[in-house]
Amino acid sequence: MTIDWNHFTPWTALAGGILLGLASAMFILVNGRVLGISGIVGGLLRPKTGDAGWRISFVLGMLAAPLLYMLVAGPVPATIDAGWGTVVLAGLFVGVGTRYGSGCTSGHGVCGLSRLSPRSLAATLSFMGAGFAIVFLVRHVLA
Amino acid sequence: MQHRVTEFLVGLLFGVGLIVAGMTDPSKVLGFLDLAGTWDPSLALVMGGGILVGLGAFATAKKRTTTFFGGAMHLPTSTDIDKRLIGGGLLFGAGWGLAGLCPGPAIVSMGAGQPKAAVFVAAMLAGMAVFEGVERMQARKSAGAH
Repeated sequence: MTIDWNHFTPWTALAGGILLGLASAMFILVNGRVLGISGIVGGLLRPKTGDAGWRISFVLGMLAAPLLYMLVAGPVPATIDAGWGTVVLAGLFVGVGTRYGSGCTSGHGVCGLSRLSPRSLAATLSFMGAGFAIVFLVRHVLA
Repeated sequence: MQHRVTEFLVGLLFGVGLIVAGMTDPSKVLGFLDLAGTWDPSLALVMGGGILVGLGAFATAKKRTTTFFGGAMHLPTSTDIDKRLIGGGLLFGAGWGLAGLCPGPAIVSMGAGQPKAAVFVAAMLAGMAVFEGVERMQARKSAGAH
């Protein structure tokens, strides 16, 4: 393994991570909810009375984030190299997988590990393991 | 109404955190997932930073029965580690590794006007709808069997 020192950004990574932690802390302590994106969004597909408003407010905040960032700091780096077909397939996998697995990088990876939940640790190891494996396959076996 | 404002602000803060962290940049995410190439460990620090703050917050939340404003505390109750959890995690990880996008960053990138992110989110919603459909069908089937 060689470390990619040219692209390693420890301080912004840590700062961004702390912001994610602060948002998760506020959400559980102020709103009483676990901040998990797939759960928040997935819940909109089977809306129960009085259960949609908080989800919509949260998602609108997320959609507004790049606008705020662009006003204050500049362009948002978000170039997607994957082709259209790959993007569709990846989106389908992520949609089905996060709902069966009851969470994604935020709900299991940040909040679940912060709660010291063995269930979330198992989920995190599963999706990280699959992520490592698929990138290895695409970049080093099939390429 | 006050809740709608805090939920919006938390979404905003989380979205900005994802951008600052580099999570909305798929090439950075894939650089982290590529252990056999030149490895960019940045995302480990993103998770570390989040958990550092989260540990204190969730320790506090576990000791309370209500939020700071007296509302209900919705902490997860399931502890099952089963095929659904692991299989779902593996499928999610495969999708994450294919495009370098997970749900949060995809929504933020869609807000930044990235057409591919919008297509990813549409496909993700379709995948979630498939899950809902299968769940509903199975619930009906097992209800009919009794």
